[in-house]
Amino acid sequence: MKKEKLKKWQELPIGGLILDMGNSSETQTGDWNPNRLVWHDDTCTHCLLCWINCPDASIKVKDSKMIGIDDYHCKVCGICVEVCPTKPKSLEIISEEVA
Amino acid sequence: MEKGTLEEKKSKRRVSLTGDDAIAEAMRQINPHVVAAYPITPSTQVVESFARFVADGLVDTEFVATESEHSAMSACVGAAAGGGRVMTVTGSQGLAYMFEVLGVTSGLRLPMVMAIANRALNSPLNIHGDHSDTMAMRDMGWIHLYSENGQEAYDNTIQAFRIAENPNVRTPVLVAIDGFQTSHMVETLTVEPDNLVKRFIGEYIASYPMLDIDNPVLYGAADRPDYYMEHKRSQLVGMINAPEVIQQVGQEYGALTGRYYGLVEEYRMEDAEHAIVVMSATAGSVKDVIDQLREEGVTAGLLKVRAFRPFPAEEVAKSLSRTKSVAVLDRCGTGGAQGGPLFLEVRAALYEEKSPPQVINYIYGLGGRDLPLRHIKDVYLRLREIARTGERGKLVDFLNLRE
Ligand code: SF4
Ligand code: SF4
Repeated sequence: MKKEKLKKWQELPIGGLILDMGNSSETQTGDWNPNRLVWHDDTCTHCLLCWINCPDASIKVKDSKMIGIDDYHCKVCGICVEVCPTKPKSLEIISEEVA
Repeated sequence: MEKGTLEEKKSKRRVSLTGDDAIAEAMRQINPHVVAAYPITPSTQVVESFARFVADGLVDTEFVATESEHSAMSACVGAAAGGGRVMTVTGSQGLAYMFEVLGVTSGLRLPMVMAIANRALNSPLNIHGDHSDTMAMRDMGWIHLYSENGQEAYDNTIQAFRIAENPNVRTPVLVAIDGFQTSHMVETLTVEPDNLVKRFIGEYIASYPMLDIDNPVLYGAADRPDYYMEHKRSQLVGMINAPEVIQQVGQEYGALTGRYYGLVEEYRMEDAEHAIVVMSATAGSVKDVIDQLREEGVTAGLLKVRAFRPFPAEEVAKSLSRTKSVAVLDRCGTGGAQGGPLFLEVRAALYEEKSPPQVINYIYGLGGRDLPLRHIKDVYLRLREIARTGERGKLVDFLNLRE
């Protein structure tokens, strides 16, 4: 996982303001949760229920097909796992030790 | 430096006003975009008089009579972030109730001015003057200016906008006067012409106003541990730049009005061996006592601290290093510290001196307790005794306390 580049205090805008709107994509939230989310493409039906329900836009989709997880932002909340309809589930949370 | 025009000099007015009304008069001339306030004794009169100016159409200000001080400061934050020139007025419990939002204002670097009529904090409930309210917020990132009388309250209110809005400072400023002693005392003071004040404060140019919808900006984002310290360090820049700006604004104001201001004011300090350090109204009484004592051969002097935050440590040390004994008068309790807040600062400022004077601390005037001149005289006599014998005695004591 690539690392977010942290700025020095001299480089910050006054008052903690955010001047470049929509910059939240630059903020790494993927390292908040020590657990990891994995996707099993062999069972996935590309129903995209995970994509609809993910609160962090961390399900990557191309041409109406799921193509993976955005590890830089995924907080491993588990909502996508909950809604995934396949049996067995096509999304799985693996614990820190295993990851 | 710019001087007032002849026309303006002729239209100076000498008027009799209470300290509260002196501030209200400055506010009328400043004509802020937004004033949000919830009146509290002893600054109520500022809000009442200003509300009348609004009702009479003498100002263009959007006056927001909020339901509490917490709301007042919150409204001020919104208005200032929106890009307005903003002011509020409070003190004591009202200031305490604003506490949560005070750090938001300074953390967001919103240039705003707050007038305070200093008043004791509960309990016991007390509506009279002391500095425990503003001293409780001394580290909230606001610049503190303390005023000796109504004239200074008027002058400081006007200068405060120039200091707060300076691009290198961008930090909120509070202007304090002593509750009742100054807020309700009628004094004759000089009110400058409206156009001079208008020209002096100038047009306000907000940086990153939220109402500039073509350039959207986010105020009040959250920080995790990886950024909070960097933001707090960058906030300090305003404080570090403030002393120079406070002095420069004080000089410029002096050139226009004849009344010059600095970080501190010295009174008969050139050859003083015994000095009192104090803020606000009591400085006036101390000056009177000094004049009497000088007649009696006591080399007494005064160092009045005008800017308490940022604390002018260098100026204080320089002024006091020539003395033999110093008494710092704090109008605020110690709260379990080694002394009052002013005392702690002064003593720390003298630490680097090779042969510092003996420094003692007196707590005085809590909850409006009077400080008769004879008590101030006693302080000087004790200072002379300390210098003579080298015996400091009690470090922290109370003035005019029954015991
Ligand atoms: S775990 Fe949560 S954040 Fe991560 S992809 Fe699933 S729904 Fe989105
Ligand atoms: S919810 Fe499950 S099956 Fe549907 S697209 Fe996502 S991973 Fe594939």
